[in-house]
Amino acid sequence: MSSSTDTIDKLVKNEYKYGWTTEIESETLDAGLNEDVVRFISAKKNEPEFMLEWRLRAFRHWEKMAEPKWPHVHYPPIDFQAISYYSAPKKKEGPKSLDEVDPKLLETYEKLGIPLEEQKMLAGVAVDAVFDSVSVATTFKETLQKAGVVFCPISEAVHSHPELVEKYIGSVVPYTDNFYAALNSAVFSDGSFVWIPKGTRCPMELSTYFRINARNTGQFERTLIICEEGSYVSYLEGCTAPMRDENQLHAAVVELVAHTDAEIKYSTVQNWYPGDEEGRGGIYNFVTKRGLCKGPRSKISWTQVETGSAITWKYPSVILQGDDSIGEFYSVAVTNLKQQADTGTKMVHIGKNTRSTIVSKGISAGRGQNSYRGLVQIHKNATNARNFSQCDSMLIGDQCGAHTFPYIELKNSSAKVEHEATTSKIGEDQIFYCNQRGIETQDAVNMIVNGYCKEVFQQLPMEFAVEAQKLLNVSLEGSVG
Amino acid sequence: MLEIKNLVAGVEDNQILNGIDLKINPGEVHAIMGPNGSGKSTLAQVLAGRDGYEVHEGEVLFDGKDLLDLAPEERAGEGLFLAFQYPVEIPGVNTTYFLKSAVNAVRKYRGLPELDSTEFLKLVREKMKILELPQSFLKRPVNEGFSGGEKKRNEIFQMAMLEPKLAVLDETDSGLDIDALKAVAEGVNRLRSPDRSQLVITHYQRLLDYIVPDFVHVLYKGKIIHTGGKELALELEERGYDWIIKEHNEPVTA
Ligand SMILES: Nc1ncnc2c1ncn2[C@@H]1O[C@H](COP(=O)(O)OP(=O)(O)OP(=O)(O)O)[C@@H](O)[C@H]1O
Ligand SMILES: [Mg+2]
Repeated sequence: MSSSTDTIDKLVKNEYKYGWTTEIESETLDAGLNEDVVRFISAKKNEPEFMLEWRLRAFRHWEKMAEPKWPHVHYPPIDFQAISYYSAPKKKEGPKSLDEVDPKLLETYEKLGIPLEEQKMLAGVAVDAVFDSVSVATTFKETLQKAGVVFCPISEAVHSHPELVEKYIGSVVPYTDNFYAALNSAVFSDGSFVWIPKGTRCPMELSTYFRINARNTGQFERTLIICEEGSYVSYLEGCTAPMRDENQLHAAVVELVAHTDAEIKYSTVQNWYPGDEEGRGGIYNFVTKRGLCKGPRSKISWTQVETGSAITWKYPSVILQGDDSIGEFYSVAVTNLKQQADTGTKMVHIGKNTRSTIVSKGISAGRGQNSYRGLVQIHKNATNARNFSQCDSMLIGDQCGAHTFPYIELKNSSAKVEHEATTSKIGEDQIFYCNQRGIETQDAVNMIVNGYCKEVFQQLPMEFAVEAQKLLNVSLEGSVG
Repeated sequence: MLEIKNLVAGVEDNQILNGIDLKINPGEVHAIMGPNGSGKSTLAQVLAGRDGYEVHEGEVLFDGKDLLDLAPEERAGEGLFLAFQYPVEIPGVNTTYFLKSAVNAVRKYRGLPELDSTEFLKLVREKMKILELPQSFLKRPVNEGFSGGEKKRNEIFQMAMLEPKLAVLDETDSGLDIDALKAVAEGVNRLRSPDRSQLVITHYQRLLDYIVPDFVHVLYKGKIIHTGGKELALELEERGYDWIIKEHNEPVTA
């Protein structure tokens, strides 16, 4: 009789299902980074002067910075001069509709289970698909236009809404913020831009699928979402990447701004290539995501399901500036094989009666290392601020690790901050109970882990929740369930 | 149905079962009684295939198959069911979903088509009635926050859903109020048929008023030291185990 630890071991050895490379002619810039490269990128996009100036300031600042060393992750040094900073699918003429999109691209999306056509029809989701660095297909533009919503590649917004871009870009994550944010600001390729007008509820969920494709190309997405007074948007981000040998750097920046009474719900399902059993070839995911609850009673929720990448370094945060504003963070992070994740959130309470909730579920399997790093900061004027944090870690097998680093800074004594943390091994008794009812260990693990993550999945939009569960199963299958 | 031959088993270095012989024919109900710590639950866990319990000697045949060679879920598929003495909670996993997975996993093993939602719910309603379970059970996470008695009833409900050939009930009666006891017994008795058997572990003869056994065995220090008919349970209730243990010890000292 094999011990169930063996069984779990087997389960944990999964192969990445989305490993292939689409053959598309790319226009790729030689590796290396200097001012000329920044100018080249900006010129390629025909950017207005302010954008180029901003990029250059960011670049000059970045040159003076050093990579952060504090995260609980280990990787060989990255040679930033060995990375190519621009790659775009070659196009004859910009596609006007889906029919004009390179069929190979569409095929890729189909393999990932996101047929654009079907999604358009069935789910009513507008998709701004980012393939490598350039957006190739944007749907549902018209419906959104009627509502006055702007949803387009940021490269387009720079032309169509320069005043908004100039006003808000870097307003939540300044290029001085950190090493990767500075790098991103200098060389960002493309990303989504969303603007919801006053009093408008965005008529559909907005969704972007990211996919890294060109070989050895860093990907630097830049997303900016602005909700004017009393507006609402739910934004979905999801991605899978093809298998490859070199480590790939992904350093995105996401900025959210919620004005008075506005609400932004940002959901991510992240499934980039985690690398092989030794961690070779996986994606490095160093992301800066931050939301600003600028006006009173505004609300920002981050929900993330992280199953991919070799290394994840990511702290979606909320600055609660407006009185009575609300920040939420719901996270499931899975590390398997040799994956390393250092993730968590920052809740910065500035306004009065601000409230934040943090629910983090870490799952470590294989030789995965999972760290939760959270900061709850209550400023002097944040009277009656409230925070509730719950950080749970689950271990599957005995070669993985879970770490929790909660930081609390209290400068106002009326604040109430509660922190709960648990670490548990996946219950052998629970697995046996399922086995005794005829359920195989793999399915039992899936079931138990999904149950454990339920609180977070419940925060996801319906279709996304189903996808997230599947993803969790895939990454636990051969990896976990 | 079940044939246990000279079963010697234990956990790590502790030998707990010291040579058990037991034969259960189709249609029979056997009861196992015995003092605390005599190895009753251990026997149940070994039969179900729990990890960590090691078999040192002996064999167990289930319908002619080598039971000990099968994985726990295969044993379930073959028709072995264990109602746990301490059912575990599975937070966040809804009972309906769990049950459906279990029923379909077992059906798949047996080469039967999976039940769709309608068929499944029909079966659920039918079985729930027998056990007088409230509908709200189904929506709650498996055993989470259930009272002791509710957990036990849930075990029998699952048994009713899975319709096992051999059900092993480990102290399913403890912690039950008298109505729940009757409901549980009713669930068990409904399953009684010429080709199904039950192995009932209990401390109280009360349960055996409702589930009438064909044989009663006394387990002591990992061995069956006495076997009788249903009247043995009554006798044990009155006289305790001492007299049997003495009888058992005498031939040794003699
Ligand atoms: N995992 C274990 N590790 C060490 N000893 C164990 C383990 N499981 C059982 N035992 C020991 O084996 C003996 C038999 O335990 P078992 O649970 O089978 O008894 P039981 O007859 O079911 O008792 P009860 O009537 O109290 O339920 C006890 O002494 C117990 O402490
Ligand atoms: Mg017991």
